[in-house]
Amino acid sequence: MRQLRRTFACRQVLLRAVVCFAAFAFLGAGDQDSRFGALGHKLMCVCSCNQVLLECNHVGCRYSERMRGELASALERPDSDDLVLQAFVQKYGPTVLLAPTVSGFNRLAWVMPYLALVLGLITVVFIVRAWKMRPLAAVGEVVPASPAEISRFRDQARRETEV
Amino acid sequence: MLSEKILFGPFMSQIGSFALLLALALSAYSFFAGTLALVRAGVSSERLGETARRAGVASFAAVFLASLVLVIAAFQDDFSIAYIFHHSNRDLPGPYKFATLWSGQEGSLLFWSLLLAAYGLVLRLRHKTDSRLFAHASVIIAAVQVFFLLLLNFAAHPFAIMQGSLPADGNGLNPLLQYPEMVIHPPMLYLGYVGFTVPFAFALGALIMRYPGEKWIHITRRWTMVTWGFLTCGVFLGAHWAYSVLGWGGYWGWDPVENASFMPWLTGTAFLHSVMMQEKRGMLKTWNVWLIFSTFGLSIFGTFLTRSGVVSSVHAFAQSSIGNWFVAFLAIILVVCMFFYVKNRSHLRSEHKLESLISRESSFLFNNLLFVVACFTVLWGTLFPVLSEWIQGHKITVGPPFFNRVMIPVALLLLLLTALGPLLAWRKTSFESLRRNFSWPVLGSLAVGMTLIAFGMRPWEDASYFYSLMTIMLSVLVAVTVFSEFIRGGRVIARHTGQNIFASMVHLAHRNTRRYGGYIVHFGVIVIMIGFAGSAFNQETEREMGYGDKMNIGTYTLACQSYTQEDKPNYGSEWAIIDVFKGGTQIDTLYPEQRFYKASQQTSTMVANRSTMKEDLYLVYEGRNLDTGRPIIKAHLNPLVMWIWAGVWIMIAGTVIALIPNAAAVRVAAPARIQAEPVATGD
Repeated sequence: MRQLRRTFACRQVLLRAVVCFAAFAFLGAGDQDSRFGALGHKLMCVCSCNQVLLECNHVGCRYSERMRGELASALERPDSDDLVLQAFVQKYGPTVLLAPTVSGFNRLAWVMPYLALVLGLITVVFIVRAWKMRPLAAVGEVVPASPAEISRFRDQARRETEV
Repeated sequence: MLSEKILFGPFMSQIGSFALLLALALSAYSFFAGTLALVRAGVSSERLGETARRAGVASFAAVFLASLVLVIAAFQDDFSIAYIFHHSNRDLPGPYKFATLWSGQEGSLLFWSLLLAAYGLVLRLRHKTDSRLFAHASVIIAAVQVFFLLLLNFAAHPFAIMQGSLPADGNGLNPLLQYPEMVIHPPMLYLGYVGFTVPFAFALGALIMRYPGEKWIHITRRWTMVTWGFLTCGVFLGAHWAYSVLGWGGYWGWDPVENASFMPWLTGTAFLHSVMMQEKRGMLKTWNVWLIFSTFGLSIFGTFLTRSGVVSSVHAFAQSSIGNWFVAFLAIILVVCMFFYVKNRSHLRSEHKLESLISRESSFLFNNLLFVVACFTVLWGTLFPVLSEWIQGHKITVGPPFFNRVMIPVALLLLLLTALGPLLAWRKTSFESLRRNFSWPVLGSLAVGMTLIAFGMRPWEDASYFYSLMTIMLSVLVAVTVFSEFIRGGRVIARHTGQNIFASMVHLAHRNTRRYGGYIVHFGVIVIMIGFAGSAFNQETEREMGYGDKMNIGTYTLACQSYTQEDKPNYGSEWAIIDVFKGGTQIDTLYPEQRFYKASQQTSTMVANRSTMKEDLYLVYEGRNLDTGRPIIKAHLNPLVMWIWAGVWIMIAGTVIALIPNAAAVRVAAPARIQAEPVATGD
């Protein structure tokens, strides 16, 4: 009974830890004071340098300075972050966003890694249970082990209990 | 002089082309004759096998000759060879002329082939270790070599001759590659990529011949560790290069080419852990074989990614048709691996059962799961733009915000397992033992967390602060675990030998280099993770700075003292002289620079960095404002970056220690009537 209670308590702790962890895993940046910095790090410079807008340092880049200016003026309007980003998508195309949106087919990009993790965890737990259930070899008549066998078993024990 | 060049050029090109054809012939012979010798039995087959081995050895000489010819051509400014014309110029400094070998598509494939031939040479010279297993591995390496030499001879020929009149000068090396680290970063990365061919060859060979016992695992593990060490160096040298040259203030941008090098590293790391399960308990045999197959496949896939133009990247080579060759090769690898796995899978049955969820075995299972999920995530994010184009008809970008958000939780879980794993016993661990071993590390970790909060860290304000705090706390957890392992073992040795605790810990590490070398690698990892955690607190600012202008960042004040220019044969440069003040006292002078490379007509930044264990003050000369003509200086304050590079050195030291053979076990006085036993045996 005590063993059962302990297992239950253990599972509860594990479950809560997983829920807390997942909650933080989906946590997003929420600092409204640094909107320029936050949004500028969600956009890519379109000069084909493949760099974050605020990190593009190409000498004489014809795009990054203009785009930064556009971002600064967009933030002066009372638009939400989503609307600001949407305006950039309208103007420069979907590749201007540094991460897939959480809508339509793009949602798959976000779901798959977590799905893989969850499916993997389930698989590992299933494997561990299956291996635990695996029957031991049938024990026949007990024959005393020879000195050579004892030595081999001792080596095996040493090997298995190290590292 | 010019006529000599005209005659000399085709001659060099002919030697190189001949060497490549000879290498192909020798490798093909090594493959076919070696296969025939393995299939047939008898004395004549042994002789045939020996000729195959010697042909493999000779193929190294041929590939080496081809590489030498290309390097000589670079030093001779032989622009009749198209590759030299496109990747070198007369005023290029010597080390970079040498680096021409791997700076373009064709040359880098030749370099791949050279390293593979070198690995093959070492393997073939050591064939007496286990002649039959090594013969199988040699044949598989020859097959891979044939693929690369076919590419070099028929698809990406490095000795193609320039058409028309001989150009006076070359286009020059890409400015981004003209940095000292670029002379060692690609070789390290390639040694890692190419090196995974060897464990792959042993694993496939052992599967084909249904190799009895686990000796092949011991041989493979050592090769994998060496390869993994090179790949680790290569990956972090790349990160350091990006930090020092690209000038965007970061070291990892989740670029497809960076991802390509990271994926085999992840599966290779998983293999180095799970292989212990096979050695100790005879478990996870199928998993291990597929992990090493996947690691090799990902190395080839990474090479395909950088050369096919499938994904756009700062580092990618020019788009070309050789992508199809790689797709075909990957398909062949998959079919061959699948065929022999299905044929011989009964040989891979597990010898033991798993007894408890709380055991070292299950920690390895979870560890492997996390590494594989991390690898899948990187692969998924890298290929999602291509998938999006297929399905939605347009590309999207999958950049740092995606990878950071998805990968950080996985990395934190891995850190937790790094702390937990060494405290778990094989087979089964009791809760009591876990509680006893884990209480001090947990207390230490909580104490550090609370101290950081007391000093102003606010994890509830932003996800990046939360992750940063978690990373530091988990790193402390791992560190205390590692130290307690050393101290516990050291005390036992000290008790038996009378040495002091530090000498005992050194002795302990020397007695089981693999185990304690591994702990040192873990310690290096947490030092790196603490460095990563610092990025949550990065600051940056930018402004035009004329003479005497000042700019503040963090606790530093930057004052522009002067600007200057210089003209060198290879490039012209312009740089600022910035005095750095802290608390009103001048502590340094930095020189952020911008270069204009004449041959390629491209610019490049040279970052000025004042690096301390606490933070990096990182200045970039961004160019001049086109309207005002005043220079623009961008300043970054990046905390804890030096920890990353320090962590890499610790990881390398740990890897080297793990490769050192164990010292003999110390014999201790035994109780009466019982023969003395070793205190511990290493492995």
